[in-house]
Amino acid sequence: MLKSFRLILFSLLMLSGVTAFAAKSGITIGMQLEPPNLDPTGGAAAAIDEVVYANIFEGLTRFASDGSIQPALAKGWSVENEGKKYVFQLQENVQFHDGTAFTADDVKFSIERAQAEESTNAQKGLFENIAGVEVLDDSTVVVNLTNPDGNLPFNLAWGDAIIVAVESIENAKTAPVGTGPFVFNNWVQGDRINLKRNENYWGEPAKLESVTFKFISEPTAAFAAMMAGDVDAFPVYPAPENLPQLEADPRFSVVLGSTEGETILSINNKSEKLSDRKVRKAIAHAIDRSALIEGAMFGYGTPIGTHFAPHHPAYVDLTANSNYDPELSKSLLKEAGVGNLELSLKLPPPAYARRGGEIIASQLRSVGIETKIENLEWAQWLEQVFKGKDFDLTIVSHTEPMDIGIYVKPDYYFQYENAELQGVMETLKSESDDEKRTELLQQAQNIIANDYVNGFLFQLAKTGVANSKIQGLWENAPTQANDLTAVFWAE
Amino acid sequence: MLRYFLLRLGSLIATLVVASLVIFFVLEVVPGDPASYMLGINASEETLQALRQELGLNLSPPLRYLSWISGLVTGDFGTSYTYRTPVAGMISDRLWISLPLAIYALLISIVIAFPAGVFSAARRGSGFDTGIMGATQLGIAIPNFWFAMMLVFFFAIKLHWFSAGGFPGWDQGVLNGLKSLTLPAIALALPQASILARVLRSSLLDVLNEDYLRTARAKGLTRKQAIIRHALRNAMIPVLTIIGLQFSFLLAGAIIIENVFFLPGLGRLVFQSIAQRDLIVVESVLMLLVFAVVMVTFAVDVMYAWVDPRMRGRRK
Repeated sequence: MLKSFRLILFSLLMLSGVTAFAAKSGITIGMQLEPPNLDPTGGAAAAIDEVVYANIFEGLTRFASDGSIQPALAKGWSVENEGKKYVFQLQENVQFHDGTAFTADDVKFSIERAQAEESTNAQKGLFENIAGVEVLDDSTVVVNLTNPDGNLPFNLAWGDAIIVAVESIENAKTAPVGTGPFVFNNWVQGDRINLKRNENYWGEPAKLESVTFKFISEPTAAFAAMMAGDVDAFPVYPAPENLPQLEADPRFSVVLGSTEGETILSINNKSEKLSDRKVRKAIAHAIDRSALIEGAMFGYGTPIGTHFAPHHPAYVDLTANSNYDPELSKSLLKEAGVGNLELSLKLPPPAYARRGGEIIASQLRSVGIETKIENLEWAQWLEQVFKGKDFDLTIVSHTEPMDIGIYVKPDYYFQYENAELQGVMETLKSESDDEKRTELLQQAQNIIANDYVNGFLFQLAKTGVANSKIQGLWENAPTQANDLTAVFWAE
Repeated sequence: MLRYFLLRLGSLIATLVVASLVIFFVLEVVPGDPASYMLGINASEETLQALRQELGLNLSPPLRYLSWISGLVTGDFGTSYTYRTPVAGMISDRLWISLPLAIYALLISIVIAFPAGVFSAARRGSGFDTGIMGATQLGIAIPNFWFAMMLVFFFAIKLHWFSAGGFPGWDQGVLNGLKSLTLPAIALALPQASILARVLRSSLLDVLNEDYLRTARAKGLTRKQAIIRHALRNAMIPVLTIIGLQFSFLLAGAIIIENVFFLPGLGRLVFQSIAQRDLIVVESVLMLLVFAVVMVTFAVDVMYAWVDPRMRGRRK
């Protein structure tokens, strides 16, 4: 009786259009945050790139999952004039989704638009060194630089440097038109964004017919959506506490990868009490990284000893430089002559900061440093900490790739200034020899580690969950993106 | 009557004007810059300035207030800072979920509360009454987000009868839409139904001892008939007040339930907009809610008059 009742109910549900058992040619990707708009050249929100990067929009170059730089709309390039001139050969027969042709003029337009005075590009600095763009013919474009820069192909791979068309840029915020393997279909604000396969794609076409991004901010709801099969994959899964349970379930696979997020305990180097290197060193030695990673991140994360990604070939492991040593910490504080140190610790919303903050506060307390924790929203954090520099300590993950350059900006929020480091980074700018670049980068890492500029905590892990039949998702996150070109359902 | 109506209309407009001033200037003092939220930590001051210019944030607050309010009057709610789409469209999209959800939840609440309240009042002190009172106590005490998660766990994860959340859109069929609102509506309705049942019961108990009910019984009505024809009608005033309040609450206060079921409703829109300092959206939604509450109160007043002819008399 009960069985037949359930059968009836079940068939009713099926009739009403539950499509869970339809053939899988589409995928639903869960994301915690909804992008505010879809123009990666006019906002910093990571969620924008997570939807559009490599799916809708492409740049001259692009990041691959392993972090390497690959050609994209540029077939190849040559460097001339001692590193001050780049000649890009473009892919031919490429069309934007609205049918207009992609040519060298679009490249010139895109770069000049990003550089313009009224530009609202969040990473305008990427284009600072570009002196001018010349169109040689439809498929050849020259980028002239003010100073030689081996990093140009890297800079142009960013989501902020994608190529847009003059015909369609105006509506890019709500109806983006790019050259990528997927075409924007529709956006139900607050709920989901849907993309369809680009049947006229210039490269290898995507395997999936359609992609839906679904926005689920609540970690518990994310778990429920995975378990109920409403979402096929959650590339940046917001609740690490559920990962062991999902891993044990044969329906799902958990994908662990690296990100570019150096999570640091930022120290206001200009604050009276913290301008003393000894005090900063004492703070660094008071932190037990493994307890922090265990407690705040459920074990996911790689300890770092400097501001550099551990998977980068030039990385030096300097964690020993600031190993956990509370006794040393106490004696350093005594030496520095500070007693009853009380510091503000301002925490932005992410779990790494809020949970990590509590743990760090207790670790600091055990060496005699009291902290006053203050929880801030992002908008407040930007205003008070980032802009106002009104803080002693804060925890934040710096997710931009290769961002050690922030240590040479004296007015950056942690306010560090060091002439030696500035010299090293200046030399690096015009150095194109790989071996020498590595050497310089390692020098820079050593300098900031030895100066204990910030408390270097851990590299954020990318913890993704996906249906175990899905293949081809990015394992790592060299930039915040969900490149779905090569994703497919295995039978 | 006309004079009463005009007075009432005047006070309505005054309420709205005061509310708009309070909303605008309170949000004005909230720290946080929408431009730096949007452009993140690598943007230069020059880029921020360009964006502020583009968004019209460089105007003085009184000027922005005037342009906002004159837009509201003509139906133009302005353009969202972060989404860059018209606010009116965003709000109406969300309303198409929040409004049906609120009505759905209210209906469930009424359907549960009326029989429960009437029967437990009619059989005061019986096992049934004690049972209902215990159940409503529990219904009020259980946090509705927890109850919502239990619903998801049982009906979505275990039985797969419903999806865990989300909204397919009305264009996918009304039944599909209602289905996806069912669990959230139940979760929202449970505490409301419990409150309503208790209010109805006590308000019925108050009138059951009145003389006119004894008279009604004396003239030959059964107890049941007396309750339905005479007691219920007289007990309605406090119940209507509660229903009015509940509706306003359900419209704006479903935010936690919206998060549990990831429904793109008004509550989540406000929450998200506050975090992003998309103040123009926050202001307009708050204004709309004030308007809705004022209108619901007005409607409840009219209903009073409908159930209680004495009130009609008083107004003339």
